Amino acid sequence: MKKAKKQNSEKIKFILDNKEVEGKRGEYLLDVAKRHNIEIPHICTNERLERIGSCRLCVVEIQGMKRLAPSCSTYIREGMVVNTRSPRVLKARRINIELLLANHDRDCLTCNQNLNCKLQRYSEDLLIHKIRYEGEKRKEKKDKSSISIWRDNEKCILCEQCTRVCNGIQTVYAIGKQNRGFDMKVAPPLGLNMEKSNCVNCGQCVIVCPTGALSENSDIEEVTNALNSGKFLVAQTAPSIRATLGECFNMKPGTVVTGKMVAALKAIGFDKVFSTDFAADITIVEEATEFVKRFKENRDLPMITTCCPAWIKFAEQFYFEQLNHMSSCRSPQAMLASLVKTYYAKKINKKPKDIIVVDIMPCTAKKFEIQRDEFKGEADYVLTTVELAKLIKQYNIDFVNLEKEEFDNPLGESTGAGTIFGKTGGVMEAALRTAADYLTKKDLRKIDYKQIRGFGTIKEGSIKLAGKEIKVCAVHTLGEARKIMEDIREGNCAYHFVEIMACYGGCIGGGGQPRYDDIENLKQRQKAIIDNDKKTKIRKSHLNPSVIKIYKEYIGKPGQKRAHRLLHTKYKKRCYL
Amino acid sequence: MIKKITVGLATCGISSGAMPVYNELKKANLPVEKVGCIGMCYNEPIVTVIKEKSKEIYGNVTERNVKDLIDCIKKNKMCRELFIAKNIDSLNFYKKQKRIVMENCGIINPDKIEDYLEKGGYSSLKKALSLTPAEVIKEILDAELRGRGGAGFSTGKKWQIIAKKKGEKYLICNGDEGDPGAFMNRALMESDPFRIIEGMTIGSYATNAKEGIIYTRAEYPLAIKTLQNAIDLAYKNNLLGKNILGKKGFDFELKIIKGAGAFVCGEETAMIRSIEGKRGHPMSRPPYPGEKGLYRKPTNVNNVGTWGHVTTIFKIGLKEYKKIGTKNTKGTKILCLTGKVKRTGVIEVPFGIKIKEIVFSIGGGCPDNTKFKALLSGGPAGGCLTKKDLENPLDFEVMASLGTIMGSGGFIITNNTSCMVSVAKYFTSFTQEESCGKCTPCREGTKRLLEMLTQISRGNGTEETLKRIQELAEFVQDTSLCGLGQNAPNPIISTLKHFKKEYIMHIKEKKCSAGVCEALLSYTINENCVGCGACSKVCPVNAIEGKQKKMHIIDQEKCIKCGQCYIVCAFKAIEKK
Repeated sequence: MKKAKKQNSEKIKFILDNKEVEGKRGEYLLDVAKRHNIEIPHICTNERLERIGSCRLCVVEIQGMKRLAPSCSTYIREGMVVNTRSPRVLKARRINIELLLANHDRDCLTCNQNLNCKLQRYSEDLLIHKIRYEGEKRKEKKDKSSISIWRDNEKCILCEQCTRVCNGIQTVYAIGKQNRGFDMKVAPPLGLNMEKSNCVNCGQCVIVCPTGALSENSDIEEVTNALNSGKFLVAQTAPSIRATLGECFNMKPGTVVTGKMVAALKAIGFDKVFSTDFAADITIVEEATEFVKRFKENRDLPMITTCCPAWIKFAEQFYFEQLNHMSSCRSPQAMLASLVKTYYAKKINKKPKDIIVVDIMPCTAKKFEIQRDEFKGEADYVLTTVELAKLIKQYNIDFVNLEKEEFDNPLGESTGAGTIFGKTGGVMEAALRTAADYLTKKDLRKIDYKQIRGFGTIKEGSIKLAGKEIKVCAVHTLGEARKIMEDIREGNCAYHFVEIMACYGGCIGGGGQPRYDDIENLKQRQKAIIDNDKKTKIRKSHLNPSVIKIYKEYIGKPGQKRAHRLLHTKYKKRCYL
Repeated sequence: MIKKITVGLATCGISSGAMPVYNELKKANLPVEKVGCIGMCYNEPIVTVIKEKSKEIYGNVTERNVKDLIDCIKKNKMCRELFIAKNIDSLNFYKKQKRIVMENCGIINPDKIEDYLEKGGYSSLKKALSLTPAEVIKEILDAELRGRGGAGFSTGKKWQIIAKKKGEKYLICNGDEGDPGAFMNRALMESDPFRIIEGMTIGSYATNAKEGIIYTRAEYPLAIKTLQNAIDLAYKNNLLGKNILGKKGFDFELKIIKGAGAFVCGEETAMIRSIEGKRGHPMSRPPYPGEKGLYRKPTNVNNVGTWGHVTTIFKIGLKEYKKIGTKNTKGTKILCLTGKVKRTGVIEVPFGIKIKEIVFSIGGGCPDNTKFKALLSGGPAGGCLTKKDLENPLDFEVMASLGTIMGSGGFIITNNTSCMVSVAKYFTSFTQEESCGKCTPCREGTKRLLEMLTQISRGNGTEETLKRIQELAEFVQDTSLCGLGQNAPNPIISTLKHFKKEYIMHIKEKKCSAGVCEALLSYTINENCVGCGACSKVCPVNAIEGKQKKMHIIDQEKCIKCGQCYIVCAFKAIEKK
């Protein structure tokens, strides 16, 4: 072990574009170059995915090597002489892009990912003015069958990031590679479409796709129609949107734009803008109550959170025998939508059908969730963060210079605990804050549970309360969730409470968020959420005055009759391939 | 007295109709025995009558003339019409050959282990077992054995790498022969399977790898059947399994895995993935299979021929073995001689033999007094050798310096009826179809290359097309991920180098001198025409006109160059130019 460690920290010096640079043994050329401010173009490489070296765009010239070498999968060596921009390299890159474009429909102006496309960017960077190779092109219909995700194979450049995410990280196996050579394509198996596939709508494929081959199934048009329908429009924004929306307007990653977001939504024409964070606080109250009950009765443990619709579909498909472990709580989005159409509708004296609820979510799977039988007639539309940005631009709003505005009440007030729902480990932390108070019947000082923060795939923690140890764990990505479910099936799971989020990093890395290039970007988003929590006065969900009020006024006791009807749900078995 | 009568029943024999011959001989109550392939494809089916003191070899025995042969045999006479030779060594085809690996091919019954043992089989393993594993590797290193799969890497060095590793490791025999015009591995697997198994067993002893896999294509059913039978027999005779030959602790398990028919699976990393049950995609190296191969364990992959050589080295002894070959390369190479050559077949020649001797002494030159044009070696990954190159000796390095590769050993001869543009087009269409589709240069590049070559062969090419072909071919060579892509443009680059004139003729004069490119041909009628009208009757577009018993004329505008008139004319009155 010691020897290996020593090797890993071994310094290596080599020449990179005429300058001597230093790296560690075992590092890839592409990464070392990046650290030295040399951005070698690459398409198929992603920090989170296994490197396959398939796009060949990142090739560089290494002295003494016969062929150009892919910098993404070439280890650095002592004394090597690397040129990342020799005429030979640049020519190869140009031909590479030309070849990709020759088999591409090239309708950038009307593409969903216009100006958000790596292929487009590199085409510009490498001065491609003409495509010299004209010939057969891939011909395929767009797959618009899915409620959440559109797939357009004519724009696919076969970088395999979507398949690597779907199969390698998420273990959903909705799509895979088919045929070979020029006929190779990525599609669901057996000629099925996306709707009929295993797809859980998490959208992790959309966020890694470098081109317009994958995008969300857009509801912008429907929402603009609704805005002009004369009905009463309510928007709710998920906790993570505030930390990511700014990126769509070229603001620095991690800029919190809560006030501007609310102002923009009002400027667009929403009558009320509520915060999903409020419902997150209710979720905690319900979930903590449910957990305390289960923990005392030692029944159906571990209990697993159910805020993530992609995770729910995943569980319904692959682990339907273990659905008893799922919390019966709805997701915060569904809770708020249900409260708007009942409690709030009564309050403002309107019929539920005259109110339109538009959810601003970080998530493509929410589009699927609102159409579940259990939630029909509650939320009407889901816009992702990216879609909201497009809507704001369409409405000529100068987002960056907007004056801040506040959420509306009564469904707008929230605590720091509600906000941290936006990142992995957040729901667990918020739940612990409340459960600890419930179990000890005190207002404890301990608020931060740092062991379940960060980007570790399985973050464990344990707390001792009233002489009992509660073992918890927060998991992101579905591949990790699968491991937990396998452990439960085998009877090897020692946890009492588990949080599962389908997307890497939680909702800040959701399928409807702006695409990010590296994990550093994601870390900034996470930091923004944590800072936001720190700044709030009330940081425990059950102490939210609006929450206390709504329970008193309308819901009654947590986990009781009305709460159950409004805030809880059921799950069902689904088939998978 | 007749001892036995052997019939060559390898795939080549069976496809030429040896099975009915075998059955007829059996019906006639003759002591008939099945053997493998002796190498003389041009004489198949081959029947050898072995008497007490002499042998008679008969060729081209068919279902029709086998009765004559049986009559002769029964009368103890020689059947003059079918007789070839008394001994193969007297044939020109064999005079320059050196059969040390193929010594048993076509001689022994591949289904009987007794036959193999009688010829000195398993003496090599016994010799190896009398040495220590390190000494065995030293023998292989001293013999300077180089991989026969094409690259010519030192086998001993490969073995050394994995011998040092601890724990599980694998040996693989690469029998996924897929090049057009290469069938030497099949011949060896079908005719002398024990030699391969014995070689692998020696390898297992030397490297302490306890598991071996023979990977071969499912399109080789006879090879699989023969090998499986041989493996079963080896297990029964304690030549595989536990404590082999009574040596305690020397275990080796061997099995066959069938490939689903993808050329790229001959590439070792793709093959490893195929064995693991994954899609046959090549992987970036490093890590090399010797470090992380099958199931991420150290793996050694050697070609069928290489394993055959391992057995041979121990059988004939280091001294004898090193006498054969050149300074750089020792031993022999099994080659397949096909194309426009009089004597086609599988041959085994010593390294250092002049290439001219292979083509003219062994192959007998081009048939029908046609002129030799080029020798294509290495299949779709190779290049061509022209007449002046033939003076060179057969050697890995020499071949490389001439702009081609040894490859697995398929030698295809072309003559003046072969169009080099079409040859390049054929090989490119092969690699384009067999490209796995993973990396951009190979997937998209070969497609565009093929399209441009097709343009030229249809007379639509310009000099600009030629430039683009050259540029793109170099790009594909320079940046592709695996050997398939890197070598795919070799036939194009090589034919462009040696036969640019032909390309120019296609472009400028719109002519194909070999008369292969249909679109560039024109059919005309000369004075031989007697006006029979057969051609005008058969013409599908009514392009031929003329009165009866008068010379006919082809309307060039209407003619679609289908060639029907050319076939049907009995007076050689139709000219194809």
